[in-house]
Amino acid sequence: MSKSISNYLNRTTQAAPLAVFRVLFGFMMFLSIVRFWANGWIEKLYIQPKFFFSYYGFEWVKPIGDYTYLIFLICGIASLFVALGYKYRLAIIIFFLSFTYIELMDKSTYLNHYYFISCVGFLMIFLPANAYFSVDAFKNPSKAFREIPKWTIDSIKLMLGIVYFYAGLAKLNSDWLFKAMPLKIWLPSKYDLPFLGDLMQQQWLHYVFSWSGAAYDLAIPFLLLYKPTRWFAFALVVVFHVLTRVLFPIGMFPFIMIVSSLIFFEAGFHQRIIRFISKLLRIDYSKMVAISQMKTYRFKRNLVLPILALFFVIQLLFPWRYLAYPNELFWTEEGYRFSWRVMLMEKAGYAQFKIKNTETGEQFLVDNTDFLTPFQEKQMSTQPDFILQYAHYLGDHFASQGHKNVAVYAESYVALNGRLSQPYINPNVDLMKEKESFRRKDWILPFNNTIKGF
Amino acid sequence: MKHLKLGVLLLLVAASIIACSSDNESPQEATDTFDRSAMLVNWADNIIIPAYDSFNTKAISLNAKTVEFNANPTEANLQALRSVWKDAYISFQNVSMFEIGKAEELRFRNRLNVYPANAAQIESFIDSGLYDFSLPSTIDKQGFPALDYMLNGLAETDAEIVAFYTTNSNAEGYKNYLQTLSETISSLSNEVLTSWTGGYRDAFVANTSSSASGAVDKLTNDYIFYFEKALRAGKVGIPAGVFSTGTLPQNVEAFYKKDISKELLLEAIDASRDFFNGKSFDGNSTGQSFKTYLDYLNTIKNGENLSALINNQFEVAKTKANELNGNLAQQVETDNSKMLATYDELQRIVILLKVDMIQALDVSIDYVDADGD
Repeated sequence: MSKSISNYLNRTTQAAPLAVFRVLFGFMMFLSIVRFWANGWIEKLYIQPKFFFSYYGFEWVKPIGDYTYLIFLICGIASLFVALGYKYRLAIIIFFLSFTYIELMDKSTYLNHYYFISCVGFLMIFLPANAYFSVDAFKNPSKAFREIPKWTIDSIKLMLGIVYFYAGLAKLNSDWLFKAMPLKIWLPSKYDLPFLGDLMQQQWLHYVFSWSGAAYDLAIPFLLLYKPTRWFAFALVVVFHVLTRVLFPIGMFPFIMIVSSLIFFEAGFHQRIIRFISKLLRIDYSKMVAISQMKTYRFKRNLVLPILALFFVIQLLFPWRYLAYPNELFWTEEGYRFSWRVMLMEKAGYAQFKIKNTETGEQFLVDNTDFLTPFQEKQMSTQPDFILQYAHYLGDHFASQGHKNVAVYAESYVALNGRLSQPYINPNVDLMKEKESFRRKDWILPFNNTIKGF
Repeated sequence: MKHLKLGVLLLLVAASIIACSSDNESPQEATDTFDRSAMLVNWADNIIIPAYDSFNTKAISLNAKTVEFNANPTEANLQALRSVWKDAYISFQNVSMFEIGKAEELRFRNRLNVYPANAAQIESFIDSGLYDFSLPSTIDKQGFPALDYMLNGLAETDAEIVAFYTTNSNAEGYKNYLQTLSETISSLSNEVLTSWTGGYRDAFVANTSSSASGAVDKLTNDYIFYFEKALRAGKVGIPAGVFSTGTLPQNVEAFYKKDISKELLLEAIDASRDFFNGKSFDGNSTGQSFKTYLDYLNTIKNGENLSALINNQFEVAKTKANELNGNLAQQVETDNSKMLATYDELQRIVILLKVDMIQALDVSIDYVDADGD
């Protein structure tokens, strides 16, 4: 057993696929940052709001006013350096830290694909992605290698495989498969798509999309791994992600996934990409091949493998943490995030907060627009941890304004996957007395329905 | 390649099984799509434009009666002016929710109906004779609430009020202010109506896009915003003290006139319900609307009959509102629990509209175009 493991760890492969992945990943990240900036989202999401929703344990991560632009600037430059493979190790560390910092500033903007990018960024810190076709390798031939350990490329494949497979598992639930929810809500509203608009109204199509979406997610890692189906799988990847891009507002993510799945292809394919880029940029391809040593990149420290092993163990186990909570996952969202539950449910909510003086009984309702942006309010109204944090913020705010004996109550309603809205938070619980923790939140009212499955 | 073919075959079989079985479950499946452009046409041609047209007529006569009164400030003319003011105010309840296009650009609702009016500031404007109603800072010194103060709030009796326009040392100042108020309402109303009839209607009807800038999305947002903020909170919740530590009876609509605040509320509830149901402004027909849209979507979803739930809740809220005193300020002072009960029923409509209807229509409640995943 251990022998086959060490045999596996000693196997080598050409460095080209990882180099191409580095270039494309860095370039896509750079585009994403530019797009985010150009859309004015830095201002809208991180500067204008008065209040930010923190992740549990990361309350210290906040936007830093106008200097927030600086973080994006650093992140953008770092991603370019990653693409170029210039001072790669430092660049990817800075990229990972700055990107993750941005992600942690306000959980209203949580997206699975940002988490995916943080995960890949972390992984790439430990991979010799600059061993080939990089400025580092050009400048210092002692750092240039044509071969690298095979597991380094496999680790990225594994990461992608986890994302797809877990996203597929999450779709195996009764709402998705047997009610075609939430696609039954989302697709009919795309009535104005050219050619497809009328089709989007058809029930059979909602079921076809639901089932094939689940099948796609579950099968695609294997279809990509298996050589005879690889091109077919890649065609599926392109069709699937282009379709999701047409139907849903998911930004750069489809393109990032399409580009990432190229890592599954053989080295010869990546050599052709490198030759193409070289021609485009007038780089002497033969010289680059010549300087790279025939020997294999060697890891000096044996720290890397344990870290990555631990990383993947966590990746494999973390999405299952919802099993530790007794209530319906979609309703309470305890263990929902960081679990590759992508485009999985439609939730709408409404939350109103009551500030009450526990001594005198005097009370009044809060106008959420005084404190939150519409986007934040929307996120807050369907997620209990947001509601709790906001309730504490309100309580502290009004206490600092001179209100005495402040208790905060939430009256809220949530509709899930087209069910009729029902009360969400126990309106008789003083949220000031509740604390955020990993324990179950017993002040969430029960979901009077069942959704079976993962 | 064998595996590939097998995979494709499996997928197709699975898909067709599901497709067939779902067909069998619901034989009355909708065969064609809901015509959103027909809904926009119904909204524009049968509801919005006739409502603005009617309001504009009232606004013109408000202005005409103001001219008459200023030329001849008698008690009889005051009462005549007051009567057209009331007609126009009630008519306004039928257009207030359509804050889109020109109305949005002009901040129509804010220009016409921000209350309570700031009486002290109005007096100082009259005193100085310097005011510019296009400034956002003047919204609580103009519109119907300011006219309410000028026609009903200056003094107790009609004779005393008329005295402000006759024997008062600054009678000209009062007259000018009154005239500017009526003129502003009339010209704003005219601007909005002309915009609708002069091209905006076609742009509105053609804008069937499903994006946040589409006409359906925008007007849905405007409608719900109006219902939540202007109707539920403005007319009932704020005076009843829902958002403050004490009640605020002086914050009712038409505070100085005293006896029409309930009438205005009922008119607004009716107008909102009729719009939901696509009932034409003249009341003679109904067309495509939120109701028929929800009913259509429900043929896909087979969920709760949301349009019936919403209509029932409108009925319940209306019944509660009907029990109120004609003067809501008095209601707040004598038995605020009835105001709070009305507020609760209106709040239930807000939840049905803002959570359930929004989800069913898949309209996003804000204009932030951030990514989702």
